[in-house]
Amino acid sequence: MMMEREQREQRELFGVIATFAGPAELLAATRQAREAGYERLDAFSPFPIHGMQRALALRPSVLPWMVLAGGILGAAASLGGMLYINVIEYPMIVGGKPHAAIEPLIPIAFEVCVLFSAVTAVFGSFFLCGLPRLHHPLFSSAEFARTTDDGFLLAIEASDPRFDPDQTVRLLESLGGKPVTLVEV
Amino acid sequence: MTQQAVTQPATTQPVTTLDPRLPYVLGDHDNHSLTELVCGIVERPVPRWWWPAFLISLTVASGALFAAVYLISTGVGVWGENQPVGWAFDITNFVFWVGIGHAGTLISAILFLLRQKWRTSINRFAEAMTLFAVACAGVYPLIHVGRVWMVFYLAPIPNSNAIWPNFRSPLLWDVFAVSTYATVSLMFWYVGLIPDLATLRDRATTRPRQWIYGFFALGWRGSARHWHHYEIAYLLLAGLATPLVVSVHTIVSFDFATSVIPGWHTTIFPPYFVAGAILSGFAMVLTLMIPARELFGLRDLVTNQHLDKMARVLLATSLMVGYAYGVELFTAWYSVNFYERFAFMNRVFGPLAWGYAIMVSCNVLIPQLLWFGRVRGKPWMLLTISILVNVGMWFERFVIIVGSLERDFLPSSWGRFVPTWVDILQMVGVFGLFFTLMLLFLRFLPMIALSEVKGILPHPSHPGSTHYATEDQSVAHPDKELMVT
Repeated sequence: MMMEREQREQRELFGVIATFAGPAELLAATRQAREAGYERLDAFSPFPIHGMQRALALRPSVLPWMVLAGGILGAAASLGGMLYINVIEYPMIVGGKPHAAIEPLIPIAFEVCVLFSAVTAVFGSFFLCGLPRLHHPLFSSAEFARTTDDGFLLAIEASDPRFDPDQTVRLLESLGGKPVTLVEV
Repeated sequence: MTQQAVTQPATTQPVTTLDPRLPYVLGDHDNHSLTELVCGIVERPVPRWWWPAFLISLTVASGALFAAVYLISTGVGVWGENQPVGWAFDITNFVFWVGIGHAGTLISAILFLLRQKWRTSINRFAEAMTLFAVACAGVYPLIHVGRVWMVFYLAPIPNSNAIWPNFRSPLLWDVFAVSTYATVSLMFWYVGLIPDLATLRDRATTRPRQWIYGFFALGWRGSARHWHHYEIAYLLLAGLATPLVVSVHTIVSFDFATSVIPGWHTTIFPPYFVAGAILSGFAMVLTLMIPARELFGLRDLVTNQHLDKMARVLLATSLMVGYAYGVELFTAWYSVNFYERFAFMNRVFGPLAWGYAIMVSCNVLIPQLLWFGRVRGKPWMLLTISILVNVGMWFERFVIIVGSLERDFLPSSWGRFVPTWVDILQMVGVFGLFFTLMLLFLRFLPMIALSEVKGILPHPSHPGSTHYATEDQSVAHPDKELMVT
């Protein structure tokens, strides 16, 4: 028992989370927390909230560029592969058309382009979100479980240079967070 | 354990005066009550009708397995197909099922890009339907290739015989189109599910549920950083799925249009097939959604207004299909081509005239009832019409495929197609497969896209303002951000 308690005391804090009444309150609190100088903070909600991107000063997602690259790769690889087979590997006249005719290859090139783009969009977004991640310190918090139901939460991480257990909690309470709780790593 | 016990009575609404700006969620719902309503279906014990329905579907589905095994072990001769009708029930059912799938993608992707917020209540359900319909469609090409164990030759795999697929053939385009479509539909559906799987994970009361839903939720936390990338990914997938869905049925129609058979060789086929696909798909969504919303008490989410909008799409696509039927006949006459004219005379008055009559009345004439608001407001009328449209769309493919093959250029090679019991068992069994998958989906996954519906809910914490209800939640618009302050 003693050992356990000691270990718990030694455990580091992950940060502090505060629950807000709704999307507008969460958005306002996020803005004010950032104005107060906090950098390492994140907002959690059951659905995306407009303006949160700006409130958290998130850079535009690089996902579209990844998808563009995926699409170009898919189209180029399929066109190149089909041309290689039709012209070099196994040249055969079909319907009296030239070996290197590109027109009949368009449908497959299009489909593979879409396939590669979609795969990049899905796995690229997982990568950018840091998923899959099967455990996270926040999952240990009972309040946090509400975020996928009806909870609007703001978390400030302990790794933030301005983080101070007392002051940060007080700030979040003054912004309307209720309840405000500390979360361990 | 009845579903009614937790369901709030659905608000009655006048059917004839549907305001386009009526809320899409009726009743006094907040975020939490929506979660309870939708997740409760998955978490409570199954309703009493579920097991009988599931067992019947599964039994019927096993018929498809039996028919397929019998076909593969005995030979293609067990089907009624022979010269000259080399394509019959298999391709008819393949096109039928692929077509049904298209409504799901239309609702999830095209209506998303068009910012039709009413899609949020039905998109999950329709996407699941798409996925299962494509799975059902996939059964047919797989078994009708004859030697199923050689099916890998469809893929360009280097082999010692130096045999490559013919990339110039529409049949191979079809392989790529349908497999891409199935993959993208699955990913689109899964990406949409992730936030809701996280909801189920966080509500789980038992370890296995927590683990299984937790595994598939991938650790989703609803973080602003997650949503930031997620919204872009969803938008991009919608943008990719839109041309994809049009290309799939276009390519399916190329299977016919690029051949020389009279009645197939027409340029109108791609748009004609896409319109028909949307018609049949919306009909299937209505056929499934109307009983589902009653059985699960979801009338607050799938309102009469939703049904009304789907009925309007049904009417619009029915008119497009009717136009295509007319243009086909006109083109045959205007072409002054003997064979083309004969093919269409044969289609309307020939041995399959009864099939043509069913297709025209079910797809074009009966849906005209949907002009009347009174009809659109009565779910049982919509259900009847949608089932008839499904029947009609099946016959459309049957008449086009079999009718044209039975009567081609040479009268000496004419023939008739008569389905065997294996054909029929295969067809009925695949319907069983579809309903089995659908029932499993209803049992284990949230059938309403919760995170999206919550996004269009007006928020009480923000009185006097309905930004969250009136502005599209799902796409980030920097120009709209100022309004939120």
